[in-house]
Amino acid sequence: MNNEKVQNIDSNTACVNESTQQHPAWYNLKYAAVGIIFGIVFVKAEIISWFRIQEMFRLQSFHMFGVIGTAVVVGAISVFLIKKLDIKTIHGEKIKIADKEFNKGQIYGGLLFGFGWALTGACPGPLFAHIGAGFYAVLVVILSAVAGTWTYGYFRDKLPH
Amino acid sequence: MMEQIQQPWPWYVAGILIGLIVPALLILGNKTFGISSNLRHVCAACFPADIKFFKYDWKKEIWNFFFAGGILGGAFIANYFLMTGAPIEVSPGLQSELAGYGLSDYSYMLPKELFSFESLLTVRGFVIMVVGGFLVGFGTRYAGGCTSGHAIMGLSNLQWPSLVATISFMVGGFFMANIILPWILSL
Repeated sequence: MNNEKVQNIDSNTACVNESTQQHPAWYNLKYAAVGIIFGIVFVKAEIISWFRIQEMFRLQSFHMFGVIGTAVVVGAISVFLIKKLDIKTIHGEKIKIADKEFNKGQIYGGLLFGFGWALTGACPGPLFAHIGAGFYAVLVVILSAVAGTWTYGYFRDKLPH
Repeated sequence: MMEQIQQPWPWYVAGILIGLIVPALLILGNKTFGISSNLRHVCAACFPADIKFFKYDWKKEIWNFFFAGGILGGAFIANYFLMTGAPIEVSPGLQSELAGYGLSDYSYMLPKELFSFESLLTVRGFVIMVVGGFLVGFGTRYAGGCTSGHAIMGLSNLQWPSLVATISFMVGGFFMANIILPWILSL
């Protein structure tokens, strides 16, 4: 079963919501601007802190639950309004959000990522933020994460999905 | 004003701003919020090795590199211009637990005793940085997303597979932090 099913997941994980419009490369700076705001929030709200993540998993602090919970509520209201009011992109394109299809990877992979999250105290976004904040030892963690992603790609067809 | 910015920001301010990234990326160019895909794009760009999973036109996903680059820049700005330099406040319960493992440096958001090039030569430092990083990269791709792609973007779009993934993240994290990590830290 695996091969065909795995290929379907493929189309679900790369190049979704691909815009049909062509723009010069510098247009991508708008995403950098959003990233800058995200990076500032990451540091200022201590979301990149290993200590905050440990407190979350030990139920010693509400902080991270509050951050993620509020973000989901605000995100959900936004997506609802975008769909309801048929809001377009700034270039006039219809906004499309691909559905996520279930596969067992979300459980197995999810558990493995959970292990890594508790060990490193960081999900992928905060890893990049640590480099910006000048904490270069985290480069090791990023390289290892790239190796992990590569290893997943290598063994993908053999893993249960 | 500046004084307030320099204090750690409360959860609701952070939550609202992060939540607004979802519509911002959609409206700016039909992009769904996600970060871990960058790790895949790096593989596709640098070491595709003829693996099907990495054979796609990564240049179409270049916006995600700009987004990640922005995170780097934002973290730089925040860390060098918007901080008081005070140590990180940590709950007393965690402090006393960490003290038992000889961890007491709260000058940065990561314990410097664990996250440094020298600590790579210790068992616990190696496990936390190298094995932990590997699990982050392997697990996020296997799950098809991380905290941003599943927990925030997926749940915002009411996708039940993302709820499954988010619950799995939390179960894995609780298990590691409470059952395995104490043992690793005592190595």
